Amino acid sequence: MKKPVVLITGALTGIGRATAIAFAKDGARLVVSGRRETEGKALEAELRRLDAEAAFIQADVRHEDEVRNLVDQTVARFGRIDAAVNNAGTEGLRGLVVDQTAESYAATFDTNVLGVLLSLKHELRVMTAQKSGSIVNISSTYGHQGAAGASVYVGSKHAVEGITKSAALEGAASGVRVNAVAPGPTDTGMLDRFTGNPQNKAALVSTVPLGRLGKPDEIARAIVFVASASASFMTGQVVSVDGGKAVG
Amino acid sequence: MSILSGKTALVTGASRGIGRASALALAKAGAQVLVHYSSSEKEAEAVVAEIRRAGGRAEKVAVDLRAPNGPHALAKLVQGIVGSRLDILVANAGIAKAASIEDTTVEDFDALFAVNVRAPYFLVQQLLPVMCKGSSIVFVSSLAARASVEFTGKAVSTLSAYAATKGALDTLVTHFASALGGRGIRVNAVAPGVVETDMSSFAKTDVGRDLTLVIQALKRVAQPDDIGGVVAFLASDEARWITGDTVRVDGGSKL
Repeated sequence: MKKPVVLITGALTGIGRATAIAFAKDGARLVVSGRRETEGKALEAELRRLDAEAAFIQADVRHEDEVRNLVDQTVARFGRIDAAVNNAGTEGLRGLVVDQTAESYAATFDTNVLGVLLSLKHELRVMTAQKSGSIVNISSTYGHQGAAGASVYVGSKHAVEGITKSAALEGAASGVRVNAVAPGPTDTGMLDRFTGNPQNKAALVSTVPLGRLGKPDEIARAIVFVASASASFMTGQVVSVDGGKAVG
Repeated sequence: MSILSGKTALVTGASRGIGRASALALAKAGAQVLVHYSSSEKEAEAVVAEIRRAGGRAEKVAVDLRAPNGPHALAKLVQGIVGSRLDILVANAGIAKAASIEDTTVEDFDALFAVNVRAPYFLVQQLLPVMCKGSSIVFVSSLAARASVEFTGKAVSTLSAYAATKGALDTLVTHFASALGGRGIRVNAVAPGVVETDMSSFAKTDVGRDLTLVIQALKRVAQPDDIGGVVAFLASDEARWITGDTVRVDGGSKL
């Protein structure tokens, strides 16, 4: 089989970056996307050192013209898109509901929800036409649980799960699968920003049955599986990859 | 693919259907597989032979899991073969019986819970001494645990007792994952919808097929291999950060 073409948004750090590397090691051809060109070019070079055909394309998922360009450039470069990972996301600003504003809402929802919606829109445009494809959105344990002080982030990830199910229903007739992976607390820069200090981070670890933080590579492995043909009967699902956080 | 080489696995109810597909998928990934069966000896032998022909390691083990001491007997047999380490338990063995609420008997109800819930519970209990950090337990739940799949406006649910056993398994996943996480043992389930197996008479009728597909996104009846591949993934270190999850492998049913 020809090497699959994989598009990853928010690919420059954390889980997105680990996912790019995991796909590269699996022999995929890759387009990695993000907002920062210097980091993007560095990742592109790193993936090529892994013998992967890889290209960085700059895009901010909050802007439809950039998302459209990202998808079109991917097709121009590789001819198709077999898998897409909509990973771009932000933790937003922590704060109580009573302190939220239209601006704080937009700062999170524009990336986490509108960004996923626009990405799906253009990926599905390509995949339904080619009659195949697998999309993995990135949710969070907070896509199905609440958290004090994180209502906007929690709401945005709940939205991702609902959109995932609806997109799965729409894509199925064309052989396109849409699922989500929901990481628990994962050792990334985002978690450091989200927890704010080591005490908060340690408190979070104590709620994970496997007793530690997840590693970006461990989330990546699940993403690669859900995207693969081995998961061909799964669609509209949210797979928790969280060390048991959701049930702990 | 040899992501399971050096691993030992027990698959209950492995002579047919989803259990057979899981055993073959685990063996293909390199695991030594104990093929449990209760009465289908010929089929179990065929599974063992198929694994061995492909260069894998397998043995059959017979125990009746309806008996209260069945899990204990099976655990003894397993330890006699693999020694002190079992890496993978796929508790798949299950029975189904369709009956309306009025027609469900106490005997049927007890038999369903004995095989589908009591046996997996005590099998885990009895095998814990040989499971360790990195071991993985996979239960086989069902779409029926969260949705009646037979509703057509007036049709009656005939799977309520069976579905309750699968709901119990989902609950065990939650509690076992939490309780065993500290030992590094992972516990998950797969929840298939209707799969084309001997057990599922439902999939063989036109009405059954229609009801299956109308609630499902992908619009095809699952084959056992669709489930086996996911079981093998959950059993492997590729899924080492997944625990406490019931993974629905149902073609997008009841989304």
